Amino acid sequence: ALSLQGARMVLSTRFFTDFTPQASFDIKKCELHRLEAGPSETAVLTREQGLQYYRTMQTMRRMELKADQLYKQKIIRGFCHLYDGQEACAMGIEAGINPTDHLITAYRAHGYTFTRGVSVREIMAELTGRRGGVAKGKGGSMHMYAKHFYGGNGIVGAQVPLGAGVALACQYQGNNQVCVALYGDGAANQGQIFESFNMAALWKLPCIFICENNKFGMGTSVERSSASTDYFKRGDYIPGIKVDGMDVLCVREAIKFAADYCRAGKGPIVMELETYRYHGHSMSDPGVSYRSREEIQEVRSKSDPITMLKERMLSNNMASVEEIKEIDVDIRKVIEDAAQFAISDPEPPLDELCNHIFANDLPMEVRGTNPWVKLKSVS
Amino acid sequence: MVVLEVSPISTEELWSSVSDHWVLGHPPDQGLSLLSAQFGRAVNVRDALNQAMDEELERDERVFLLGEEVAQYDGAYKVSRGLWKKYGDKRIIDTPITEMGFAGIAVGAAFAGLRPICEFMTWNFSMQAIDQVINSAAKTYYMSAGAQPVPIVFRGPNGSSAGVAAQHSQCFAAWYGHCPGLKVVSPWNSEDARGLLKAAIRDDNPVVFLENELMYGVPFDLSEDVLQKDFVVPIGKAKVERRGTHITLVSHSRCVGFCLDAASVLAKEGVECEVVNLRTIRPLDVDTIEASVMKTGHLVTVEGGWPQYGVGAEICARVMEGPAFNYLDAPAVRVTGVDIPMPYAKILEDHSVPQIKDIIFSVKKVLNM
Repeated sequence: ALSLQGARMVLSTRFFTDFTPQASFDIKKCELHRLEAGPSETAVLTREQGLQYYRTMQTMRRMELKADQLYKQKIIRGFCHLYDGQEACAMGIEAGINPTDHLITAYRAHGYTFTRGVSVREIMAELTGRRGGVAKGKGGSMHMYAKHFYGGNGIVGAQVPLGAGVALACQYQGNNQVCVALYGDGAANQGQIFESFNMAALWKLPCIFICENNKFGMGTSVERSSASTDYFKRGDYIPGIKVDGMDVLCVREAIKFAADYCRAGKGPIVMELETYRYHGHSMSDPGVSYRSREEIQEVRSKSDPITMLKERMLSNNMASVEEIKEIDVDIRKVIEDAAQFAISDPEPPLDELCNHIFANDLPMEVRGTNPWVKLKSVS
Repeated sequence: MVVLEVSPISTEELWSSVSDHWVLGHPPDQGLSLLSAQFGRAVNVRDALNQAMDEELERDERVFLLGEEVAQYDGAYKVSRGLWKKYGDKRIIDTPITEMGFAGIAVGAAFAGLRPICEFMTWNFSMQAIDQVINSAAKTYYMSAGAQPVPIVFRGPNGSSAGVAAQHSQCFAAWYGHCPGLKVVSPWNSEDARGLLKAAIRDDNPVVFLENELMYGVPFDLSEDVLQKDFVVPIGKAKVERRGTHITLVSHSRCVGFCLDAASVLAKEGVECEVVNLRTIRPLDVDTIEASVMKTGHLVTVEGGWPQYGVGAEICARVMEGPAFNYLDAPAVRVTGVDIPMPYAKILEDHSVPQIKDIIFSVKKVLNM
């Protein structure tokens, strides 16, 4: 069962010098598969880290809620798969790896796009299909890229072999980097994932396979899709760890452990993050035909990752209520500004239509919709 | 094709014995040494591919080869013979029989800075991995608006072989040629194979490289220029293999040889065929085709694949839509494989693919002879 650590709210004002610089938290022990020892059961959190994690997760939350709003206003169109509820996964992972490590995920990717370094402005403008979007409006929700971040992938499961390939490149180049390859509980039954497990284990690729188990693959609960729902064990011969994905510190300690394991040349490792999405599968899914509103409410009130972090910080005198409020106000401004940009930025120019077919190539001609329309394509 | 006078057996006997060996893909040791004695360096298509890969592996340490049996088996068709011994496990990687997985791994490696050559034992097996070729490789540079190039080569034998039946005989030129974001090449001879493979490996984009098993053992003369380490055949340029004035034959891969044979026969009847070797399926060199058609006024396309929605269909459509149409004195026609799954029995298989007599027949029909 997912539950918050007990916390008391401290409501008096304090001077910054009074704040506790860091605290140690007991975190949930991870269930292990083929491992003698697992991630640390305590996590040290500094005030700076706490504030940073809070800011990042709250930004992700607000960004997704703003996307929801814009979608309902028909300013965002097509696919929009929102990540709210799962913020601790993206934040915890980023906190436990280096910027030079690599990450690839599926289509519920806005959170990771942000943690991997793309601004909210560029993300939102990509969602609204404008020229200021991170992919110049040509990719949309599922196809955003950054340095050492390979999207955003639309085909369920395809990103996992890709991630194993990135890990192969890390091993080949001897750069001591790892690749985190994420997939959902719905994707976990894909054959190509087991093909990736096999090759990663055979060749000892530095790949961390992570299943974000949010209990539902679209409208199909894990019990209805999977003969075995122990996703952390599905790697069979590959060691696995089951992690509380609502606790950012749990995720961070687990990924640190996993990254160390891979960097030591021991081969791949599988992680299952138990998490939850508040929204339906996508914006076209209300999300209540296959689960109850009560269930969603229960997770929100008892296991929300941002609330959990906030209460830890407050109850340990690592931040003040005012400070948190200020951060919230600041984030609201960032989101508003980004949304404004995303709405007002012009769409890509039509002469961009055929560009970026080939890299490092001479300009070429592309056939338009009829033989008299000859369009130009540059790299 | 070259015919030699060698005693004590007759030319015909030599030709049939040598061509049997070559057709089955075994190295024609006798044939090679005979040719090289007469004409300088003869290299068969297999060795041309092998040498191209060897040179590119040496030139750029980011290049590596993966696929089934490419390493310790020396390649299912021996195309990668000797490479594992020379470059080792790191650069020549044997994969399990998991096309979708290893094609995806190859694409991921290309994302992260390497330059993989991903071999499909035959292109029939690429269907298991086609999502990775199209959705992960071909489309990524566009979807990322130029942020993520994918410098990968997918290669392997394509099209019909000999007696391998329906599931192992399909031609994929039209399938992959349909997709933006891919370059698709289909070499005929050793010069094509060598130059196009080097170009493909040096290209920063996904290249589908369609070889032909029945051509692997066939030797061709390679000049000193072609044997230079930096020799490349530009992707997207067709080659006129034979100049002619009466009719244009456009073809790719093994059928180019049949077109040249048909042209030799037709020349005796006073018909001079211009034979265009496409070399590249996508992007199609429409300019060379149009220039030829505008000269000859007649067009026959020749391919091993099925007719419907095929390479020939595209060529005819392009000629219809462009300036060359006004120069046509007769409708353009296609010579293709028969529209059936490939049968096994030799007599049936022989009648499932274009033969030289089919090309001759079609030429005469188009020329109203």
